[in-house]
Amino acid sequence: MAKKGDWVRIHKIILKPEERTGKLPEDTQAVPLEMWTKGYLLADAEIGDEVEIESVNGRHETGTLIELEPYYTHDYGVCVPELLAIDKQVREILFGGDK
Amino acid sequence: MAKLPQDYDSVMARKNEVMNKALSIDYSVFESGGMAFDYERMMRETGYSLEEMQEIQYSVGVGNTPIIELRNLTALARACAPEGKGARIFIKDEACNPSGSFKARRAANAVYHAKRLGYKGVIAATSGNYGAAVASQAAIAGLECIIVQECYDSKGVGQPEIVEKARKCEALGAEVVQLTVGPELFYKFILLLEETGYFNASLYTPFGIAGVETLGYEVSMQFREKYGKDPDVIVCTNAGGGNLTGTARGLQKAGAATQVVGASIDLTGLHMASDDAFNKKSCTTGHTGFGVPYAVDPDHSDVPRSAARPLRYMDRYVTITQGELFYITECLATLEGLEKGPAGNTSLTAAFALAQELDQDQMIVVQETEYTGAGKHLQPQLSFARQNGIDVRFGDPAEEVPGKSVIIPSHPSLIKAKDMDLDRQKRSLIRGNLRKYGTELSEADYEYLCEETKKDMEWVKATVEELKAAL
Repeated sequence: MAKKGDWVRIHKIILKPEERTGKLPEDTQAVPLEMWTKGYLLADAEIGDEVEIESVNGRHETGTLIELEPYYTHDYGVCVPELLAIDKQVREILFGGDK
Repeated sequence: MAKLPQDYDSVMARKNEVMNKALSIDYSVFESGGMAFDYERMMRETGYSLEEMQEIQYSVGVGNTPIIELRNLTALARACAPEGKGARIFIKDEACNPSGSFKARRAANAVYHAKRLGYKGVIAATSGNYGAAVASQAAIAGLECIIVQECYDSKGVGQPEIVEKARKCEALGAEVVQLTVGPELFYKFILLLEETGYFNASLYTPFGIAGVETLGYEVSMQFREKYGKDPDVIVCTNAGGGNLTGTARGLQKAGAATQVVGASIDLTGLHMASDDAFNKKSCTTGHTGFGVPYAVDPDHSDVPRSAARPLRYMDRYVTITQGELFYITECLATLEGLEKGPAGNTSLTAAFALAQELDQDQMIVVQETEYTGAGKHLQPQLSFARQNGIDVRFGDPAEEVPGKSVIIPSHPSLIKAKDMDLDRQKRSLIRGNLRKYGTELSEADYEYLCEETKKDMEWVKATVEELKAAL
């Protein structure tokens, strides 16, 4: 349950596939144009409800409530051993002879 | 007031009217009525003088970034180069700007201009560093800010680099509207301009481009002060064309005769509006998917006449691969102690190869770096590529196929700057003009095409005749 005034994220279909411009590759033409944005919830709601929010600029948007107090989870990825190998290689080329 | 129709065609039909309100520039006064328009007059009358721009930028902590000599990277280039070759490589550390990239220069002017004209907010359509730059400058100016991004594919998977830029924009107080892949981003952009009455902080306005002139000018002044002469070559990462255009104009204003080289990551074969191809790129800017179309048709941007016109200034245009870019980005960290975002190192990667064509007493300068962070870093980009089934491995980067493989050079000597056929792009620009404005050209149109292509009248006339015959 999300309360009025909570910081949330919403999702919305902006253009259905048939409403999109005709100048698109087939794969893009087959899917809708979707939007995500964040703001303060204007009335109590459950995840999945159609809601209205007020953005940080005071602008109102409607959409489906998908996240309460959203946060970022992007990171530095997993180990890429090739990067260690590059380090070793170039240090060897430049400084290898002095050791 | 009754709500105007919101469907795609109706909104796009109102585009010009909305744009005029959101820019307060009457572009019609620079038009000839045909192909030609007065570019220099547009830059003069709607831009700012170099001194004014410096004053605006310095007042908000933008500009005056250091130039660093990359001695170890130079040594590595010399180890790969023929005897006696290997110019000194320098980098202008633009990541020192408040928002972490040279884009702060463009944003400083756009936001200053918006505030002066009394707009209460600014909007920019960008998935790149420009969003953070506008958000940062809007925060300083006390203006509201919306950034519209193309960020996700239809499965809701975000490109890590763009997700990071969204985070940064929000951290700087902006509202971020994120969309899936498609040029209809422009549709939502127009609706937002209409709804808010904000200023369109487009990347392509005269003041946005003029904002980068300070960069080129600074490079010249810094080199003259420290080394007693201008650099021999400057390399600019080329996407929308503004970076190169502004830098080259700044160098011209300093009276520098430095060779201007554009560099883009080769993403040939990947369709920029393809939902499927979207997350198969390992770099979201600085690539040929923007670089080539914006060079040959500058006016397909979000303003009637773009101030970014790179073919007017480019002496040479080269491409590098994603694998080469990641290799050099890693070298910058491990050899120079500088951890920077990968896309901004496009020009550095090209410079590493180009330095090997030059003599050791020559100087080549890379005019930008960009900030790095989660997502916007070579490790998450390479992890993401692997997750998406891209073949990431060591080998010969010449064999890389964009969207299928990222081939990290097995030795630095395999890093090459591949020349693009600039004349072909110039012919393409002329063809586009003939299609758009017809084949009856005035003397002013011919002169305009000479300026647009940096070619003489003889070449332009011969090319026009050749293309007319084929149309």
